[in-house]
Amino acid sequence: MAGAVPAVSAARGQCAAVHAADHLTEHAAVRWLLIGIALLFLGLFLILPLVTVFVEAFRKGAALYFAALREKEALAAIRLTLTTAAFAVPANLIFGLAAAWAVSKFRFRGKQVLLTLIDLPFAVSPVISGLVFVLLFGARGWFGPWLSEHDVKIIFALPGIVLATVFVTFPFVARELIPLMQAQGVQEEEAAATLGASGWRIFWKVTLPNIKWGLLYGVILCNARAMGEFGAVSVVSGHVRGKTNTIPLHVQILYNEYKFTAAFAVASLLVLLAAVTLGVKSFIEWKHHQSAHTGAEESGDPI
Amino acid sequence: MSHIEVRGLTKSFGGHLAADGISFAIGKGSLVGLLGPSGGGKTTVLRMLAGLERPDSGDITFEGVRVNDIPPQKRGIGLVFQNYALFRHMNVFDNIAFGLTVQKRSKTYIRERVGELLELTGLAGLAERLPSQLSGGQRQRVAFARALAPQPQLLLLDEPFAAIDAKVRKELRLWLRDMIDRVGITTLFVTHDQEEAVEVADEIMIVNRGRLEQKGSPEHIYGTPQTPFVAGFIGESSRVEAVSELHGFEHCHEGAKAIVRPEFIEIGSPRELRLPSASGQGIVKAVFFRGTHWQVEVEVGTNRLFGYRDLEQPALHPGDATHVLVHRAYLVSGGQVSVVENRYKTDPMPVHI
Ligand SMILES: Nc1ncnc2c1ncn2[C@@H]1O[C@H](COP(=O)(O)OP(=O)(O)O)[C@@H](O)[C@H]1O
Ligand SMILES: [Mg+2]
Repeated sequence: MAGAVPAVSAARGQCAAVHAADHLTEHAAVRWLLIGIALLFLGLFLILPLVTVFVEAFRKGAALYFAALREKEALAAIRLTLTTAAFAVPANLIFGLAAAWAVSKFRFRGKQVLLTLIDLPFAVSPVISGLVFVLLFGARGWFGPWLSEHDVKIIFALPGIVLATVFVTFPFVARELIPLMQAQGVQEEEAAATLGASGWRIFWKVTLPNIKWGLLYGVILCNARAMGEFGAVSVVSGHVRGKTNTIPLHVQILYNEYKFTAAFAVASLLVLLAAVTLGVKSFIEWKHHQSAHTGAEESGDPI
Repeated sequence: MSHIEVRGLTKSFGGHLAADGISFAIGKGSLVGLLGPSGGGKTTVLRMLAGLERPDSGDITFEGVRVNDIPPQKRGIGLVFQNYALFRHMNVFDNIAFGLTVQKRSKTYIRERVGELLELTGLAGLAERLPSQLSGGQRQRVAFARALAPQPQLLLLDEPFAAIDAKVRKELRLWLRDMIDRVGITTLFVTHDQEEAVEVADEIMIVNRGRLEQKGSPEHIYGTPQTPFVAGFIGESSRVEAVSELHGFEHCHEGAKAIVRPEFIEIGSPRELRLPSASGQGIVKAVFFRGTHWQVEVEVGTNRLFGYRDLEQPALHPGDATHVLVHRAYLVSGGQVSVVENRYKTDPMPVHI
């Protein structure tokens, strides 16, 4: 009796699948047309610009390409970008983990408000995000007089760039982790507690291993955005050459000065970063898929 | 002294009473079943015992020591969750070893103890598998071994077989009973399946709407239910709206309600009944084939009852006039239940319990 029910529903499922296939299969010409449109679109709007970057960067030979990267101001921009990411990414890793932890593992008032706030940086224009920091910490801002009295420089300096970047990239880690941690629930943590594990051990041995791929993915996206952010950083940077220009700002300056080869050479770094990001992302997804697959494959065997 | 004692345990979730003044005691080494309908508050009681939920009021004592303020880590309980909650990224070995690693046991001890438990639970050879590579029954046994590994004083099982298909469930039940006898650990297990509770437990506690309705041996609860809920929940039953219309129960006051079990009823011609003089008239309303017997629905006065009939006996058909012998009924009045025997049988006086 118990065996009969799944058998019936399985047969029905197959029927439905065959039926659906009939309906969903379009004429070959229609299929090729749709695929063609999609490929054309991808080629025009994604591949072509990326290829252009490299073509332009190498137009005057590899020697000039590498010379453009070795230039003093370019090196300074690269260093500043890396420094900014080195502050912003770990900060958001910790903020994101804490926020996701609070939202998914505890019941408390104002949870919805917190969830909305986490999305705020996605909702406002980066330029506005930058302006907010100028209004707070700029010379005529709320804390401006106090800051200049104590000789602390935030706007038009590294701290301002880091703050703006942290703000803009805040949601990436939290957004990635919250659905994952909510789906996983708190039962494994509770089981670990009944087995005697302290909160610290529970985090390292149970929670973290369960979210590591999602966390890595969030960090990768966060890093890509932290290095590539233009709008917010542009507002707080002050564009001091060799001092407060990140890679995107440096590219813009070179371009405005008609140094196209140099501009594209530096820009190619960001394209490479994007490629690496996508590569890591696919790897993580493949890894995820693989573990899910082995699970589904072998869980059906009897007792 | 009892091992576990609970007094006046109360817990509400946003105004909804999930546990309402629950008190009970569990002797050392006994296996107690917590039985009740879904949403009755069973899991809440279990979680309070484990320290995962804080009671609003009431006391919990283990061996006479109040544990209300002791965190789950220090209570020495093994908890098997309804859906097992195995550590999904750890293999079977590491799952079972988790509690021992926390206790900082030596590597050799851990290897020995886990090996012992793998043997005991019939999981030898699966130590390297991940939980996702196990069947439901295997996962259940890993959860069981994991909970037992640190040698807890109390084992709590939350619907341990709910997620397992019917056939395997029966095997696992016997296995569990056997295992707990061998380990000799005080155990409280939750279920909503009375057959499971009767088969596995020494003692049953019935919980409904956050209240403990009755506690006792399966035989006792079955034979002398104390509340209308228990009388209707345990075993099969028909509700009788006017018991005084049944032959042999005319002495019950008019309009009194009762619960009658099919095994208290005989249906058939006077020749087939054990005590024809105690039987009354009825009309067959429906007959269902139940594999090993017939289930027959009869109308007696305004009441509808059902009873069983042997496949060897002549078949009855809807519309047939027949005789119905009701041996006894559970009389329900004011939240109390009393057993009433048919007065034309041996004992002329109703027995009140
Ligand atoms: N964490 C919770 N928050 C709100 N309500 C809860 C919570 N846990 C249990 N309840 C409620 O308490 C009642 C008892 O639940 P539970 O103890 O899980 O019942 P059972 O295990 O007997 O099915 C249910 O009505 C349930 O909705
Ligand atoms: Mg439950």
